[in-house]
Amino acid sequence: MRKVIGAVAAAAVALGLGTAAHAQQTVKIGVLNDMSGLYADLAGRGSVAAAKLAVEDFAKIDPNLKVEIVSGDHQNKPDIGSSIATKWFDNEGVDMIVDVPTSSVALAVSQVAANKNKVFIGSGPASSDLTGSKCNANTVHWTYDTWMLANGTGKAVVKTGGDTWFFITADYAFGHALERDTSEVVKANGGKVLGAVRAPLNTSDFSSFLLQAQSSKAKVIGLANAGGDTINSIKQAAEFGIVKGGQSLAGLLIFSTDVVALGLPTAQGLVLTETWYWDLNDNNRAWTKRWQKEMGNKVPTMVQAGVYSGVLHYLKAVSALKQSKDGKAVVDKMKELPTDDTLFGKGSIRVDGRKIHPAYLFEVKKPSESKSAFDIYKLRATIPADEAFRPLKDGGCPLVKS
Amino acid sequence: MFEIFGIPSQALFGQLLIGLINGSFYALLSLGLAVIFGMLNIINFAHGAQYMLGAFAAYLLLQLTGIGYWPALILAPIIVGIIGIVIERTMLQWLYKLDHLYGLLLTFGLALVIEGVFRNYYGSSGQPYQVPSSLAGGHNLGFMFLPNYRAWVIVASLIVCFGTWFVIEKTRLGSYLRAATENPTLVRAFGINVPRMITLTYGFGVALAAFAGVMAAPIYNVSPQMGSDIIIVVFAVVVIGGMGSIMGAILTGFSLGIAEGLTKVFFPEASSTVIFVIMAIVLLTRPAGLFGRG
Amino acid sequence: MASATETITAPVTAASHRSELVAFAIMAAFFVVAPAFMYPIFLMKALCFALFACAFNLLIGYVGLLSFGHAMFFGWAAYFCAHMLKEWGLTPELSIILATVAAGGLGLVAGALAIRRQGIYFAMITLALAQMMFFFAVQAPFTHGEDGIQGVQRGKLLGLFDLSHEMTMYFFVLVVFLAAFLLIYRIIYSPFGEVLKAIRENETRAISLGYKTERYKLLAFILSAALAGLAGATKAVVFQLASLTDVHWTMSGEVVLMTLVGGLGTVFGPVVGAFIIIAMQSYLAEFGQWVTVIQGVIFVACVLLFRRGVIGEIAHFLKIRL
Repeated sequence: MRKVIGAVAAAAVALGLGTAAHAQQTVKIGVLNDMSGLYADLAGRGSVAAAKLAVEDFAKIDPNLKVEIVSGDHQNKPDIGSSIATKWFDNEGVDMIVDVPTSSVALAVSQVAANKNKVFIGSGPASSDLTGSKCNANTVHWTYDTWMLANGTGKAVVKTGGDTWFFITADYAFGHALERDTSEVVKANGGKVLGAVRAPLNTSDFSSFLLQAQSSKAKVIGLANAGGDTINSIKQAAEFGIVKGGQSLAGLLIFSTDVVALGLPTAQGLVLTETWYWDLNDNNRAWTKRWQKEMGNKVPTMVQAGVYSGVLHYLKAVSALKQSKDGKAVVDKMKELPTDDTLFGKGSIRVDGRKIHPAYLFEVKKPSESKSAFDIYKLRATIPADEAFRPLKDGGCPLVKS
Repeated sequence: MFEIFGIPSQALFGQLLIGLINGSFYALLSLGLAVIFGMLNIINFAHGAQYMLGAFAAYLLLQLTGIGYWPALILAPIIVGIIGIVIERTMLQWLYKLDHLYGLLLTFGLALVIEGVFRNYYGSSGQPYQVPSSLAGGHNLGFMFLPNYRAWVIVASLIVCFGTWFVIEKTRLGSYLRAATENPTLVRAFGINVPRMITLTYGFGVALAAFAGVMAAPIYNVSPQMGSDIIIVVFAVVVIGGMGSIMGAILTGFSLGIAEGLTKVFFPEASSTVIFVIMAIVLLTRPAGLFGRG
Repeated sequence: MASATETITAPVTAASHRSELVAFAIMAAFFVVAPAFMYPIFLMKALCFALFACAFNLLIGYVGLLSFGHAMFFGWAAYFCAHMLKEWGLTPELSIILATVAAGGLGLVAGALAIRRQGIYFAMITLALAQMMFFFAVQAPFTHGEDGIQGVQRGKLLGLFDLSHEMTMYFFVLVVFLAAFLLIYRIIYSPFGEVLKAIRENETRAISLGYKTERYKLLAFILSAALAGLAGATKAVVFQLASLTDVHWTMSGEVVLMTLVGGLGTVFGPVVGAFIIIAMQSYLAEFGQWVTVIQGVIFVACVLLFRRGVIGEIAHFLKIRL
């Protein structure tokens, strides 16, 4: 679960042009995510590689800061995640934990970070509760959240004529939240929700749920699920000729790695929202090349890009404060400094811990449009930063009032 | 179009057919368990892992040697069956004199090992396996669109299930098997090599699981935990049917698939628990199971 | 499981009790000083699992019933306890007691169903029932599904001792463990326990002697379920969290493994087994998924080679009872 990746920046610091030893300050960052399970591809070692790149780039800004990275596997279980976090903060001098896909684990880690006054930067988790009712002063939610996904995909699909919806929802908290948020967006934009079916988590056979969706005659089948459930439902929808029959699918949480795994013949035409795509501009392509040097021929996800961006901004705040032990002070500094990096551009962090940046609505290309294995999206719309995330007042975060 | 309990009949027929498809897998797997149990008196907890091995064998045959679906349907069960025979010869055979629970514990351990190894190499997200081109597409039956491949799954599993039933209940070989189950010493006295028969039976039961695995590969992703998802349900199926009869295992498998399909229409939230509820009811009314011999 | 328990069928003598009492004293003394040199959270986790394994062993070791669904009592008691602490604001001792009772109630229902069949069927039925309870836990609103019940405050024991203090918590867990351990020890050597052992050895004979074996089996099942619940509830207080991990079937498998490694039907075996497995999980954690493989290999090795388990082998070698 836990592997010391090593002092990446140590070499850079050692060559740091004769800086005096006492000026050095050590920061320890823990990348905690799923290393072997469902989310290993969209986060996993790719996030560790992204964190290393951030450390590498930061060494050019402030060579005096010595940064160490450790990593751990939470296996998507909140109990394992919180015990690793406790151990890291208590015994191993970790100052900040980053990534943590799977909302349930992220909520647990966020609480540990608050109790121990350390820092948690969530790039992997989806739940908008992290900056809503369960927000705290030690947590920053970086890359995306459920509200943004529902808003981005839901609004765009309704506006392009998909005004009747049927949901296939994973029957647990995350699925319910995604269905609820998307339904609201659909209704607010003049669409109608014809029905929903709750499929148990990790269903291997979606055929009967798809059949119900088919007989509902809804124009759009919203998939309020994630990971393997989404992949299976899209695959089986193709098998049962649902898209050919005139209905379209809206995947509410799909990552570029999922699309690559599904293949374009199956995934073509899917509409989805992400905040980062490797082929969006030159900066992203250059970063992806560096990332692939470490990770091989894989496609990086927005989660991994978010880890890079989050770590970089965290280190800037630590360097400005000259300390990393008081987590709340570091997060306050992070909120005070504007964010700026090559991947997400200029942005900011709100008082509730929400990182603000634009989101993009993509459509999966047809196989004939794609020039290479990872050439998967075409941009349909850009959602400006001030519209992409839930308005500050609607979240119910206690930090907002104070 | 008429409605039944507020559900359009079209949708209902569709769900029944889908239930039958899932039932095919339950029937194949519980049949394998029943065959093994009949001969070895062991509950093969590794059955799910062996089902997964079948799917992975098909996947690896394609990836490494380019061997496609149809040859894999024969080859994968043979390969996994041989693995089963090795397991029986090297491990299981030492446990026959002990309490039968040790067989359950051993095969549980084996299931952990097999699944763990595959999770290490293939992660848990699953590998895609294409439907063979000869079975791609489907037919519109009026009430539903039936993919050809799913139709094939029903047909193939019916053939294999009833073929197995025929061999065991109606042929000379089967009569030896049944006799050896009842009284091994006596059968041995007739000059029949009982230990070899036990070994081959285990290999055959495992091969049945692998066959189901190959059939499942194009429908579900080939993933390391595909076996543990289904095996506990199959245990419940076996408890409901009772271990005593081959036909019982087959019929129970198909009918519970249908029952589950219907639940998905009327009360989808309970679709993952309905088989266990049925199990509890059967235990209260007929503790030996529907087809059990007490 | 006749072969595993052959070592302990000798008649009870004062001498054999003495070896157990000495071992108990050593164990208790070890746990009192252990936090001075070991990570207390690890110790508390191991103690909770040791209690869980002892509860499980009561059934397999002394009645010969292999339950493959004990996670349902462990996990659901954890949910009950966390819910009462967090949502109802009850004190920790009351939450734990009520959760233990609730687990016993669950044990009554599950046991009444499962004891209708013997041997392998019993194992499969308990497994299937536990799987059903797992799905309930995924879907029920109050368990919060995948999220689990998080951020539970440990509260003040009897309104006096603040359990958020690590050492207070540790000694509370230790007291719970030792009390439950002595209770199990008392049950095993009570007349009731002797009947259980008679059922294990030969149920038909026990019936012919006029014992209503069903009732004895059911009572043993309820006791085992309640004690497993006590372990789960205590764990929920320690980790301030109740989650799906604790109700999943892999947890049922783990407790079987712990008991098997330590020694089925030995008094101290489950404790030793739990410590070995928990230590292995924390120190080999770096190997990630290989831990599962290693556990599987240990399973196979125990079944094929060391059916007596660690403590069983030691006791056999020293010709004493442990």
